[in-house]
Amino acid sequence: MSGEIMGVLGESGSGKSTLAVSLVQLLPSNGEISRGAVHFEGKDLLCAKPDELQQIRGRRISLIFQEPSLALHPTMRAGEQVRQVLAAHSSPGKSALHQRTQQVFAEVFPEDADRISHSYPHQLSGGQRQRVLIAQAIACGPSVVIADEPTASLDPATQMEILAVFRTLRERLGLAMIFITHNPALLSGFADRVLVLYGGQVVECGPAEAVLRSPRHPYTKALFESIPAVSQERGNGRKMKLPVILGDSSRLSWPRVGCPFEPRCRERMNICTEREPALVNLSDSHAASCFKYES
Amino acid sequence: MRYLLRRLGHALFLLAGVSILAFLFTALAPGNYFDEMRLNPQIASETVAALRAKYGFDKPLPVRYASWLSSVIHGEMGFSLAYNSPVAPLLLVRARNTLLLTVTATLLSWAVALPLGVWSAERLGHLPDRLLSWGTAALLVIPDLALALGLLALAVRSGWFPTGGMASVSFETLSPLNKLRDLALHSILPVTALVLSALPLLVGHVRAAVADVLNAPFLLAAVGHGIPRRTLLYRYALPAAANPLISLLGFSIGALLSGSLLIEVVMSWPGLGPLLLEAILARDLYVVVGGILFSTLFLVGGNLLADLLLYCADPRIRTESSGQ
Amino acid sequence: MRLLVSSMKVDGSADGPDMQPLLKVENLVKRYAKRSLVGAREELLALHGVSFTISPGSTLAVVGESGSGKSTLASCLACLESPTAGNIWFEGKDIVTLGERARQQILPQIQLIFQDPASSLNPRWSVLEILIEPLILRRKFNREEMSQRASSLLERVGLSPDIVERAPNELSGGQRQRLDIARALAHEPKLLILDEPLSALDCSVQAQIANLLMELQSSLAMTYLFITHDLAMAAHLADEIAVMNRGRIVEQGPAEQILKQPRHETTRQLLAAVPRMVRALPALEQ
Repeated sequence: MSGEIMGVLGESGSGKSTLAVSLVQLLPSNGEISRGAVHFEGKDLLCAKPDELQQIRGRRISLIFQEPSLALHPTMRAGEQVRQVLAAHSSPGKSALHQRTQQVFAEVFPEDADRISHSYPHQLSGGQRQRVLIAQAIACGPSVVIADEPTASLDPATQMEILAVFRTLRERLGLAMIFITHNPALLSGFADRVLVLYGGQVVECGPAEAVLRSPRHPYTKALFESIPAVSQERGNGRKMKLPVILGDSSRLSWPRVGCPFEPRCRERMNICTEREPALVNLSDSHAASCFKYES
Repeated sequence: MRYLLRRLGHALFLLAGVSILAFLFTALAPGNYFDEMRLNPQIASETVAALRAKYGFDKPLPVRYASWLSSVIHGEMGFSLAYNSPVAPLLLVRARNTLLLTVTATLLSWAVALPLGVWSAERLGHLPDRLLSWGTAALLVIPDLALALGLLALAVRSGWFPTGGMASVSFETLSPLNKLRDLALHSILPVTALVLSALPLLVGHVRAAVADVLNAPFLLAAVGHGIPRRTLLYRYALPAAANPLISLLGFSIGALLSGSLLIEVVMSWPGLGPLLLEAILARDLYVVVGGILFSTLFLVGGNLLADLLLYCADPRIRTESSGQ
Repeated sequence: MRLLVSSMKVDGSADGPDMQPLLKVENLVKRYAKRSLVGAREELLALHGVSFTISPGSTLAVVGESGSGKSTLASCLACLESPTAGNIWFEGKDIVTLGERARQQILPQIQLIFQDPASSLNPRWSVLEILIEPLILRRKFNREEMSQRASSLLERVGLSPDIVERAPNELSGGQRQRLDIARALAHEPKLLILDEPLSALDCSVQAQIANLLMELQSSLAMTYLFITHDLAMAAHLADEIAVMNRGRIVEQGPAEQILKQPRHETTRQLLAAVPRMVRALPALEQ
């Protein structure tokens, strides 16, 4: 939906990054999208021609990549990198291009925009680099921004700062966002809807409030429990162990029968190994794929 | 700026070192220009001794070096016994010819290698790339000399190009435009030989450097931003791959220069190569030293150029050297 | 497991407040002199007089933003860098002033674990080779004993002994971090310096490794210096927390106290920056 922030929650191996690049067909050469469709403004992106795709990427849908230190060209000035994105999708005069670049910079850097646009990436801090990436992403006024772990390599304080930037942009530009992360805590108070991925499948989705506060899928529940809370009380000074999800999610492979989470699930049943669970509607907007809720 | 000054300092230091070494080795090599004179019964030994004294060959080596240095400062670079004239003007004409060949060949080989390497890197591992790799590998194993002789044979058989020298006999009578045309026609063969000998290495390096960069996350990011392919390759990938290539440029100038000395001899191009060869055979000491010095100058100049380019191309080097 | 019990030389009565600290850092200063090409010397003060003690069997968490000097602290303690001034007392010996020979004796007892084990584990070695290397250095065991020890180390950190033939890059992030811990344990250390050991991992894996660290601490009486920017995890794992800012410790105290009554501005900022989950309890929502 336009203007909505959709949080995609998943751990490594859950397919969250693959999802991001598949949406605009940037898969590595050994990957292939076997089926499905990506509907964007009434068109299926997976059927789009390369030229069309190039026009859509960056202009209508843009990506923000994980590592701001790696996703920027090392020997190109920050301003130039944004200008190139603009130039790729429009051909106004030189001065108009320059003006638009300055506007975009002012959007993400309330102060110092000019100096930063003349700096090279190595002269900027992590947070500033991330803002340059955001500037690139919003330069052409896209309707959707896909951000793949945009804050993973940043300090907590900078992380909060970047989230605040996203929030402002959403309000001002009506941007829809797909925010991909492994950290559920980042989504609370930020995302409108949450999609939980496990083993390449959606295991739960619903309004952020509902999913984060009362998760229904066993995986989501266990994941949330394993995160220490700042305000956790300690039982008479003794350190307590965290409840964990046993095992490892990163070695899943095809073909697979049954629920992807079954091997690690605390609430597994017989049926779990037999076939894949489908998403079950728990309310009109909240759904989870678990046999517990199938009737 | 510091970076450049330092580089310049290095270059001067290197030049001074090479001049001393060249001087030392040529002086220590057995035999000198007067040996043949001495064997000639028609020349009195007093005459030879007088000549030796005149040109200062009877003085100890450091004194000779010092007087040679002062003549370098006066723009003479010593005296050629064989040509009976100061060395500098002699060398300058030859050096100009060599430079013409080397610079043209450098520019041309890079102009071919860059797009070819990028093109090949983009298709890394696919058929066109593999064919090109085979081609360059084949070219690499052919010795420069064989290449030059082959081209000469081709020219002789076909009669398309002049097979030697730098200008036609009638050069002086031609109009400026025709002079240029004549020069170009004469240089085709040596330049082609040089370009062909340098190309395989350059293409290989460009291909490897660009292929490396093509997998970098920032390029994937650029694709994600919808940057068109040409911009992507030439504005994004190539500058990012530039650092090793620029260092290679300095080296390629050196390689082309030494290749050029050989080709000049084979194709009788009146550059430093033939002059140096004659001078060595005649033990014309100062010409040899001067020739070596000029070659070194080219080399150092090439590397200095590479450093300068590197400084311009990579902002990280700039900030490092200006102390942030 | 039995084989590792020998590292429990630290006496079990770990709680006496008057006992000798395992590590005592006094007024540690680290200055980086950077000479720019212009000739001017720039000085970068990474550590600005840091002092603290850790008693055996306890955990001190050092929390701070990047650039606060916490990683420099770690590399000074592990003798990867030598401090400009100050003393580091390890079991009563000052490893800063100690001679090279004597220091080599002590160093294996202080092990460092990095954020990204992928870069600290030799990618060309198999798991077995990685684990055997420290054992070879100690020259006490024959082949048989060494491979036995290697598998008991793996078991200790919750890895299956079947993976001995694998290369580190065939392992998942969590497995690699476990392997790195096993490699450190092979030295039978008394102090583990954990430099952001969890921040590259998924949440569920973070919890697993955190639990592993707690298990190891209680079974081996291990002492930890836990460097992190994650205050929640610091509070969970540590007995004491030291908050760093610009090369100084600005606040230090029992974990609970730091969380409940943060005194220094830096601590408050760090606390405010911790993303909080909306828990099932509505009372926690702000």
